[in-house]
Amino acid sequence: MAPIEAKPLGLRGALLLPLCALAIAIALPFVLRAFGLDFYLSLASRIVVYAIAATSLNLVLGYAGLVSFGHAAFFGLGAYVTAIMISEGVQSGPLHLAATIAVTALAALVIGAISLRTRGVYFIMITLAFAQMLFYLANSVKGYGGDEGLNIRARSLFSLGPYLLDLKNPLALYYVALAVLVIALVALARFAPSRFGRAVLALRDDDVRAEALGFPTYRYKLVVFVVAGALGGIAGALSVNLQGYVSPNALHWTQSGTLMVMVILGGVATVSGGLAGAAVLLLLQEVLATTTEHHEFWTGWVLLAVVLFARQGIVGLWTRRRAPSLS
Amino acid sequence: MTGTATAAPLLDVRGLEKRFGGLVATDRVDLRVDGGEIHALIGPNGAGKTTLVAQLGGQLASDRGTIVFAGDDITAWPTHRRARHGLARSFQTTRLFRSASVIDNLALAVQAVTGSNLDAWRPARRDRALFERARELLDTLGLGAKAAHAIDQLSHGERRALEVGMTFASRPRLLLLDEPMAGMGRDESARMEALIGVVRTQCAVLLIEHDVDAVFRLADRVSVLVGGRVVASGTPGAVRSDPAVIAAYLGDDAGAA
Amino acid sequence: MAGVLVLEQSLNGLQFGLMLFLLAAGLTLVFGVMDMINLAHGSLYMVGAFLAAWLVALTGSFLLGVVGAVALTAVFGMALEAGLLRTLYARDHLSQVLATFALILILNDGVKMIFGNDLPLSAPAALAGPVELLPGLQYPAYRLLILGVGVALAVLLWLLVQKTRMGALVRAGASNREMATAMGTDIPRLFTIVFGIGAALCAVAGALLGPLLAVQVGMGENILILAFVVIVIGGIGSIRGALVGAILVGAIDTLGRTLLQHVLREFLPPQWASAAGPAIASIAVYVFMAIVLAIKPQGLFPART
Repeated sequence: MAPIEAKPLGLRGALLLPLCALAIAIALPFVLRAFGLDFYLSLASRIVVYAIAATSLNLVLGYAGLVSFGHAAFFGLGAYVTAIMISEGVQSGPLHLAATIAVTALAALVIGAISLRTRGVYFIMITLAFAQMLFYLANSVKGYGGDEGLNIRARSLFSLGPYLLDLKNPLALYYVALAVLVIALVALARFAPSRFGRAVLALRDDDVRAEALGFPTYRYKLVVFVVAGALGGIAGALSVNLQGYVSPNALHWTQSGTLMVMVILGGVATVSGGLAGAAVLLLLQEVLATTTEHHEFWTGWVLLAVVLFARQGIVGLWTRRRAPSLS
Repeated sequence: MTGTATAAPLLDVRGLEKRFGGLVATDRVDLRVDGGEIHALIGPNGAGKTTLVAQLGGQLASDRGTIVFAGDDITAWPTHRRARHGLARSFQTTRLFRSASVIDNLALAVQAVTGSNLDAWRPARRDRALFERARELLDTLGLGAKAAHAIDQLSHGERRALEVGMTFASRPRLLLLDEPMAGMGRDESARMEALIGVVRTQCAVLLIEHDVDAVFRLADRVSVLVGGRVVASGTPGAVRSDPAVIAAYLGDDAGAA
Repeated sequence: MAGVLVLEQSLNGLQFGLMLFLLAAGLTLVFGVMDMINLAHGSLYMVGAFLAAWLVALTGSFLLGVVGAVALTAVFGMALEAGLLRTLYARDHLSQVLATFALILILNDGVKMIFGNDLPLSAPAALAGPVELLPGLQYPAYRLLILGVGVALAVLLWLLVQKTRMGALVRAGASNREMATAMGTDIPRLFTIVFGIGAALCAVAGALLGPLLAVQVGMGENILILAFVVIVIGGIGSIRGALVGAILVGAIDTLGRTLLQHVLREFLPPQWASAAGPAIASIAVYVFMAIVLAIKPQGLFPART
């Protein structure tokens, strides 16, 4: 009889690919500069930022099975909190981070506490409703740009000892974002096989059963929802540092849809699904934008093809897994 | 340990009611289950058995009445709290975690009631105690050879056995079994009966079942539910010969058999 | 004066509500009967509007243009259903979201490639003027047309669903799909027809609202969300629910947008009132939905058991 415990982690094997990818990611800015392709650094940064956002949604959507159509609200909220602070003269990065996390976590707590009492399509609609409310709210704050959005001149500043890290510097932004992404992915990798992760995957499969076994499912869903919301907010804060601009469109339901597309495309309930989806979608749009004016058209066809022929997303294609699973 | 009429019952249900609009599904039900006994609940289709089980399990809120379990009034307790307190429920339609293997399903059931589940860092697989207990259950269920199998690779009978196993994993004090033999043939039913025979040595059982013969073989006491009301309750022999029961339920069955 | 304003805006709200109903009716049937989330429903509305604008310019006749657009959109919808959407019925909601989201992108850009970003569409000259409904109340004739068409279609749909065999099948399917299949109906053909009707209704709404709201790429996205809110309020699978929900949402949205700031002006400085008014109006619809769901979690008239 085969041993029940999982095959030994094969530490070297399992870590090899991620470490290589990390090495490439760290070296990327210098490689780009060597080839005179500096202007692609902002695309790389955008991929990293959206990878963080998509990963946060993957936690809620992929792992917990909660189809939240309002996730862009947290992304946008984080962006607005940071932008408003900067436009009011507060430049301290740590303060931006703290405020972003506090506000988005609180918003997620309130929205989650109410929405998680519903199920199925009603949950989808309630989360959508909340996001739309925030969208219209952002549209109406004339003091901070209203429907035209808010431009900021300065960026977040972080001080590390004697050094000042200004996120206006593209290199600084890239590495800070990359650090956040790495931390998020490591945490997710540890989360999935942990007790909490398994409980969450179980309640995705059948939350009535999970509850009957003794798991407090509502509480667990809320925890996941809040953590995901806060991480989405951090991504938003980074995004406003990257673009220097935030508009209510960041909160629109179509933005939630784009994030969902990234997650589904990359691979639901996989550690790197958010990253894969963000990278593929943004690169695809970039490539298409340079060759044709109608990149949305072709992006749509690619997405359609993925739905019809690659059911487990891109990571699924790569690892040939039947379904995201506990075992 | 056998319950006596004077000892405090493990489960004491009084005046339980549930209405859906104009329909009274549970009509002032009184029910008592003593520690160590198998108490069966039978009744014709639509009698309200599953509604009652859902009220006891916590999936359905009751309109009136009280449920006292091991001395605590659990009427308003959420399901997960009841489970952690020792009142576990199985489901009539098998509910298993489809993306987990057989052993992982059992490990999850064990995990639910042991230790802290907010640990998001350490791999659960390293928890030997967890998997040893799951392994133990696996052997009791006779599924030892299928530990790493996926759920859809099991036969119907094996899945129902796993369903019971999951419920039993938490070492409950009272097991609510909702039609464990649903959809089973003769051999599978016999295996399930044997399993219940093993399980009852460790906990009391409230057995909802349609298979009247199996019920009369297994049960210490039987209650009959008709139209949401308990029309008779007592030893199998007494119930079998109760004219009200025969008229309402057994009579039709005996005629059909 | 205030009374006239309220009356006028109420009529506008009713008119918008009826058009919303046309969209919601198709959506609730597709979701209720086929259990499919179709995000591209708003795109059919857009396609209908663009086809109408194009055909009206081509033929010089408003009537011909609209009728032609409705017919073409219905055909397009049925082709879409038979060719692509059919494969999604068996898939999970998430896959349906992804696929229909992809469709939005394709159709948005597709329409832009063929027709450009927007097309002009104006009400027929004969209906350009106002009609005096009551002494002191002038109401645009064109909007009266929309009201008339909306009411007529609502009645027609009611007759279709309640009195015809096809309607009975649809109702059965909406409340219990396995049962409907077991009854031996030709389900695929039924679905195609239902989808075609939904597409046609979208086209009517798109063509009629075109002169009022502007025919442009992306016009479907915002109204789609309102349509979903309507069917959630009304109850998924219920035409009656869609009608009641649509009129309520149309009223709240229109009256909120136009009248609320007048009310707020009594209490707040004018620039706050004019900013807060539309914002609160937009939010009000969602708050209303949340309240309805809190009281009746399955909507006002749930079709499903």
